[in-house]
Amino acid sequence: MAREVIGNGNELAAEAAIDAGARFFSGYPITPSSEVMHVASDLLPEVGGKFIQMEDEIAGICAAFGASMSGVKSFTATSGPGISLKAEQIGLGFIAEIPLVIVNVMRGGPSTGLPTRVSQADIGQAQYPTHGDYASITLCAGSLTECYTQTVRAFNLAEKYMTPVFILLDETIGHMHGKAVLPDLEEVKASIVNRATFDGAPADYKPYDVPMNKPAVLNPMFKGYKYHITGLHHGHEGFPTEDAVQCEFNIERLVGKINTVAAENDGLDDLPDYEEYMLDDAEVCIIAYGSIGLGAYEAVNKLREQGIKAGMFRPILLWPSPAKRIAEIGAKFKDKIFITELNMGQYSKEIERVIKRNDFTTLLKANGRPIAPAEMVAKVKEMM
Amino acid sequence: MAFNYDKYLRVNKMPTLWCWGCGDGVILKSTIRAIEKMGWDMDTEVCVVSGIGCSGRFSSYINCNTVHTTHGRTMAYATGIKLANPHINVIVVAGDGDSLAIGGNHTIHACRRNINLNFILINNFIYGLTNSQISPTTPQGMWCVSAQNGNIDPTFNAANLAIGAGATFVARETVNDPKKLEKMLVKGFEHKGYSFMEVLSNCHINLGRKNKMASAMENLSWIDSITVSKKKWDELPPEEQMNKLATGILREVVQPEYTDMYEEVIKAAQGKRGKITQADFAKKI
Repeated sequence: MAREVIGNGNELAAEAAIDAGARFFSGYPITPSSEVMHVASDLLPEVGGKFIQMEDEIAGICAAFGASMSGVKSFTATSGPGISLKAEQIGLGFIAEIPLVIVNVMRGGPSTGLPTRVSQADIGQAQYPTHGDYASITLCAGSLTECYTQTVRAFNLAEKYMTPVFILLDETIGHMHGKAVLPDLEEVKASIVNRATFDGAPADYKPYDVPMNKPAVLNPMFKGYKYHITGLHHGHEGFPTEDAVQCEFNIERLVGKINTVAAENDGLDDLPDYEEYMLDDAEVCIIAYGSIGLGAYEAVNKLREQGIKAGMFRPILLWPSPAKRIAEIGAKFKDKIFITELNMGQYSKEIERVIKRNDFTTLLKANGRPIAPAEMVAKVKEMM
Repeated sequence: MAFNYDKYLRVNKMPTLWCWGCGDGVILKSTIRAIEKMGWDMDTEVCVVSGIGCSGRFSSYINCNTVHTTHGRTMAYATGIKLANPHINVIVVAGDGDSLAIGGNHTIHACRRNINLNFILINNFIYGLTNSQISPTTPQGMWCVSAQNGNIDPTFNAANLAIGAGATFVARETVNDPKKLEKMLVKGFEHKGYSFMEVLSNCHINLGRKNKMASAMENLSWIDSITVSKKKWDELPPEEQMNKLATGILREVVQPEYTDMYEEVIKAAQGKRGKITQADFAKKI
C-alpha cells in the first residue's frame, strides 16, 4: 500500500537509502545537505547499519567507498564544495567500479558561494566531477516523492552499473517540508538490485575480465575471493598495468557501459527518464528540472488559463541525458522551446548539443533565488 | 625449517617494483611473519590497504583482499572497511608523505577514534617514488630536488603526534632489526584499538644518493645512528634526545575501541539499552 509521510526532501532521501538496502553512511556536515546525515545517524544503527561522521569531506566519501568495496551498500551526502573535495575519490569509484550513491543538495557557488540558498549549478560538475574519461549517472529529484523514489533508483543503478551515482536535490527541494506519497515498501524491496557476483571457483575469478560495455563483477570481500582494487589502470585481475591495449579498452568500457548502453536501450533501466506535463497538444515546451520543475507546472497551468497551450518536459535522468526524446522535442517545437534553470545555462548547453540548434529561449538565474511561475509566464508570453 | 612465504605472497607479482636494497621488502616479510604468528586466515580475515608512493604497492603483493587507494586517504578507506566489517583484521600501510603530509588529518583522527586499525607507517624520510621531494620527516639541511638549496622545513616526530592524538598503541622500530620489527607488529596486531607502528626505513636511492649515503648500508647505518631504545632515550639529556628517535613500545594503554563502542550505538538505537550518555565514559572531556 502506498504510504503517506511528512518530511523534507533530505530526510526522504535518507529514508529511501535505508529502504534500498544501504547499511553504511559516512560524511561531513555541510549546508544544505546535513539533514541526510542526521536521519542516517538515527536510522542506520536501528537496522544494524553503520554511520560515521568523518573528519572532512574527503574522508567522508573514502570511508563510504571502503565499506562499499567490502560489499556493503553505502552512501554519502554533501553539497557543492563537498563534491569538489570528494572529486578525486569519485574518480577511484569510476575506474575501480565501486558502487556508491552520492546525494548532492545543490547550493549557490562557486566556492562557499551561497550556502543557504538554492542553485542548480552543479549539473555540469555531476557530469564531469573528476579528471580523466568516464561517464556519470546523475538523477535529479523534482518532488518530495522523487527524493525518495529516485534515491532508491540511484542505488539500483549504482549496483547494476558498478559506478558512483549522483542523486541531485537542490536547497529548495531538500528543505521543502510536506506530504509525500511513497510507494509500498514491499514493492520497493522487490525492486532492489544487488551487484552481480561470481560463483565459480575462487581460482577462476577475474573481477575485471568482462566484455566491452559490461560492468566489473566485484564479489564481497572476505569470502575467499581475493582480489586487488586500485585506482591505477588495471588488468583482468585488478592488478596495475600500463598496457596500451588494456588501458584503451578500460576507458572505452567505462564510458560505454553507461553512455553506449543508455543510447542503445533508450535509458539505463525501465523507469521514466523524464516527465511530460500537457505536452501532447502544446505549442510551447517549457524545459525545467528539480525544484524549478514545480514552478513550471504552475506556469503551464497559468499559461493555459490565458489561452497559451504550454507543456512541460522535465528530465529526471540528467546524465546520460534522454537524448532521443530531447531530439524529438527539438524537432517538434522548433524555436518554441523555453528552458529555465538556476545556473547560467548548464543544461541548456546539453539541449543545444542534442538538437544542434540554439534558437530556444532561456530564463536563467544564478543569484540564489528561485524562479517564480509568473516570471516563466511573462517570458513565454514574450515568445508567442 | 625455512619460513614459507608463498602462502601469503602473490608470487606471480614477484619481483617487487622496489629498488634493490629497499627496506620495504624487509617490512613486507616481517608483516607476513607477524600475520602467520597471529594465525589469521588470509581468505576471510585480513585486508591490506595502502596509499600512494612506493609503499602503495605493498598491498598488491599480499595474497588477501587488498586495496590500493588514493594519495593520503588510506586511513579513511580503511576506516570504512573496518567499521563495516569489525571482525576483519585491517592492516594499513603508508609512507611518511602519504600519512603525515597529504593524509595527516586522517591519521590524527584515526588515532583519536581508537578504531582497531593496524597502521604501519613506513618512514623513509623522503618522497621516494616521485624522486626525492621533502616530506614532513626529511631532516633539515638535507638536499632534495624540491629543496635545491637545502631543506629548511622543520620535521615532526610522527610517534609523538600519534600519542598526542590519542593512539593507544604507539611503537617504533627500524628495518635494521627484522626480528624486533616482527615482534612489534605482533604486539600491535594483538592490541585492541588503534596501533600506530612506525618503521624507519632506507631510501638510499632518493634520499641517500643526495646526502652522502648512496648505498643501502650507509643509509641503514645512518638510521642506526639516529635511533636508541626507549629505555636509553629516556635517560638522555634533552639536547641529545632531540637528535635521537626512541625505538620500542612508546605507548600502550587500553581504552574503548571504536567498533565496540559502535555496537553500543546499535543497541541504543534498537532499544536494547538506554541512550549513550557521559556516564558511559571514564574520560569526560
